[in-house]
Amino acid sequence: MIAETGLSALWLATALALLQLLLGVAYWKRGIGGPAPARALAVAQGLLTLVAFAALLAVFARTDLSVALVASNSHSAKPLLYKIAGAWGNHEGSMLLWVTVLGLAGAALAIFERRLDAAMTVATLAAQAALALGFFAFLLLASNPFARLSPAPAEGQGLNPLLQDPGLAFHPPTLYIGYVGLSVAFSLAVAALLTRQVGPLLARAMRPWVLAAWIFLTLGITAGSYWAYYELGWGGWWFWDPVENASLMPWLAATALLHSLNVLAARGGLRAWTMMLAVIAFSMSMLGTFLVRSGVLTSVHAFAVDPTRGAFILALLAFYIGAALILFAARIATVREGARFAIWSREGGLVANNLLLSVILGIVFVGTLYPLLAEAMTGEKLSVGPPYFNATAGPLALALLAVLLFAPLLRWRHDARPKLARILPGAAAALLAFALTFLAPAMTLLPRLALALAGGLAIASLLPLARRNPLRTPIATWGMAIAHFGVAVAIAGMAIDSSFTVEKLAAAHEGDTLAVGPWAVTFASLDPVAGPNWTALEAGLDASRGDTRVRLHPQARTFFNPPTETNETAIATVWDGQLYTVLGKQNDDGRWQLRLWWKPFVTLIWLGGALIALGGVLALFGRLWRDWRRGRGGTVVDPAAEWRRR
Amino acid sequence: MKPKSQRLVFVILALVAVLGAVLLAMWGLRDRASYFYIPSDIVAGKAVGDRSVRLGGMVEKGSLIRAPDGVSVSFRVTDGSARTPVTYRGILPDLFREGSGVVAEGRVTPAGFAADTILAKHDERYRPPQLGNQVAEHRVAKTVLK
Repeated sequence: MIAETGLSALWLATALALLQLLLGVAYWKRGIGGPAPARALAVAQGLLTLVAFAALLAVFARTDLSVALVASNSHSAKPLLYKIAGAWGNHEGSMLLWVTVLGLAGAALAIFERRLDAAMTVATLAAQAALALGFFAFLLLASNPFARLSPAPAEGQGLNPLLQDPGLAFHPPTLYIGYVGLSVAFSLAVAALLTRQVGPLLARAMRPWVLAAWIFLTLGITAGSYWAYYELGWGGWWFWDPVENASLMPWLAATALLHSLNVLAARGGLRAWTMMLAVIAFSMSMLGTFLVRSGVLTSVHAFAVDPTRGAFILALLAFYIGAALILFAARIATVREGARFAIWSREGGLVANNLLLSVILGIVFVGTLYPLLAEAMTGEKLSVGPPYFNATAGPLALALLAVLLFAPLLRWRHDARPKLARILPGAAAALLAFALTFLAPAMTLLPRLALALAGGLAIASLLPLARRNPLRTPIATWGMAIAHFGVAVAIAGMAIDSSFTVEKLAAAHEGDTLAVGPWAVTFASLDPVAGPNWTALEAGLDASRGDTRVRLHPQARTFFNPPTETNETAIATVWDGQLYTVLGKQNDDGRWQLRLWWKPFVTLIWLGGALIALGGVLALFGRLWRDWRRGRGGTVVDPAAEWRRR
Repeated sequence: MKPKSQRLVFVILALVAVLGAVLLAMWGLRDRASYFYIPSDIVAGKAVGDRSVRLGGMVEKGSLIRAPDGVSVSFRVTDGSARTPVTYRGILPDLFREGSGVVAEGRVTPAGFAADTILAKHDERYRPPQLGNQVAEHRVAKTVLK
């Protein structure tokens, strides 16, 4: 009964999406209707997708094995957390989560976005409905999560043990909110092109939505990286894997969009480019969905693979991106010219940011899709890995950091003589940090430069706050400074980890002591332990460094359903890094394989990611607070016109 | 600068950047794409140069030897007609078994193949598509594909 309720809710939501789209067309052609019914439909649609999602959670929580999806992905003897989180640990469930976020984004847009005029509102909601319609169709026709199984099996097949981790409860929903949240930017751009309203007002309306999606993307990628780091047991935090790239590409596009939106909002420039980026950002989200969900790529993270569904998503992808680009081409001539600016100006800096981010995006895009194209065209099978990405994206990321040292300090429009005094502290810090890296002669060039620029940026990112009354500085400026500081922190973590990580791989008896970096690790004990659906052998490792002592418990686990062995890492975090331990297998001579890493300052990577997201949160609240104080709606003026008047 | 020419400069800059990206990507792909080989390719000398490649096939039964240090192993990968000796230092993935499919990433050496990574399969359903295709082409599929 619950499953049928969910399915009906989905069909009803599909009907409402169709109605919402038709309403948009009716308003466009005949002036019938208006924003009010469109808003109501969008909210109802959001609620219905929520009902369907709740129904899915319910059948998983109750382990209703007559539902095919539950039978093939769950098991009655599994902790409740993983029963519920397992609802999106498979293809159909995660697509329903995708569509639910899309529905909720449309509802949120309908409720909160009050600055746009009637035509723009109706057009935005119609565009959102058009997107929803395609993905509803995909869900209902090609991946129905509520299909029944008759007769129901006595027991389910269980969830992949690698997914039975608290990370599953947090990472996919966060990432999906980020992915799909970008649909709002896409719809707003399409609507603005349709109604010929590309301008600063649009940028101000779009900015909070992009910021919110970008915050979730940042958090999702950071959390996903940490999850892969401790779950896979390989000691790495980024593998340049296609599935990782699928989440990085929308982030790169959204980051570029966020910066170009500032030019559009503050100065009325980069109009066409910003619209293009808004289309590209969500296109990258859809491409990511295609890559992950179609099974076309080999990946260490790909779980549910089914090539037959790839064609459907590819068709949706081609249709939406194609339609948006055709609209873009048709309307680009009507987009007004933006305000002028000199190369040496804040705008110039932001253009450099956009170009570099776009080029990095292009490089990741080529590297991710090239194996697919090469195989389709020449039949040659190859895979593109870290050597390519590090050698190409690395230097560009450094160039981006170099721009970041001074660009936020430039003035808008024209900065004929950039004040050296403002730029000097960052450059001096970068040079000092560069000199300091020679204390470690073994470092290679790329990490050395990265560390130097990170040191410079740590100072330079805070300069926009200098010599200002902290209480009168806009909250958004604080957000920018903290996010840029977070970039410096994360890059420093990456550079230090890649240069100074120490690894020890050995076979040991109980009582043996191994040295890894500054640590002495004693294999003290080995005990059997049992969990709700697994048994394990748990090692007790006593690690000491000077007066610091920690005890770690890595496990070699055996899950029952499905029968699988996994290695659970044990990580000890101290102020200057992490000790990372993996218990391997027992050799025939009774020794156990142990893999130990000392990773100095590796925690900075995720701390930086969290700071970047925090900066986004501050910027978002700063903007919303400012708009709210100025009164909703009307008072926003076209800043470009304002400039011309002066 | 007039607005028109400013837009032109911006477009040219963007084009140069895109062109640069394409060139950089092609340069990167030229010698950094990790090619996929099976033992027959290596015997035929197709994998030349000191670069990272992937080797796929089946772990030959009875070929696994563990070194005295307890963490180094050597085994042979076969595609039915040719075989390549592989050395690896590290913890083998859980689904690594003699007579089962494997993908190793590393370098071709005069002695055979030195693996940096033995690709872990997330579960019993997961198999790299390349391996599936190649093995099917070489008609040694029955045991690998279950």
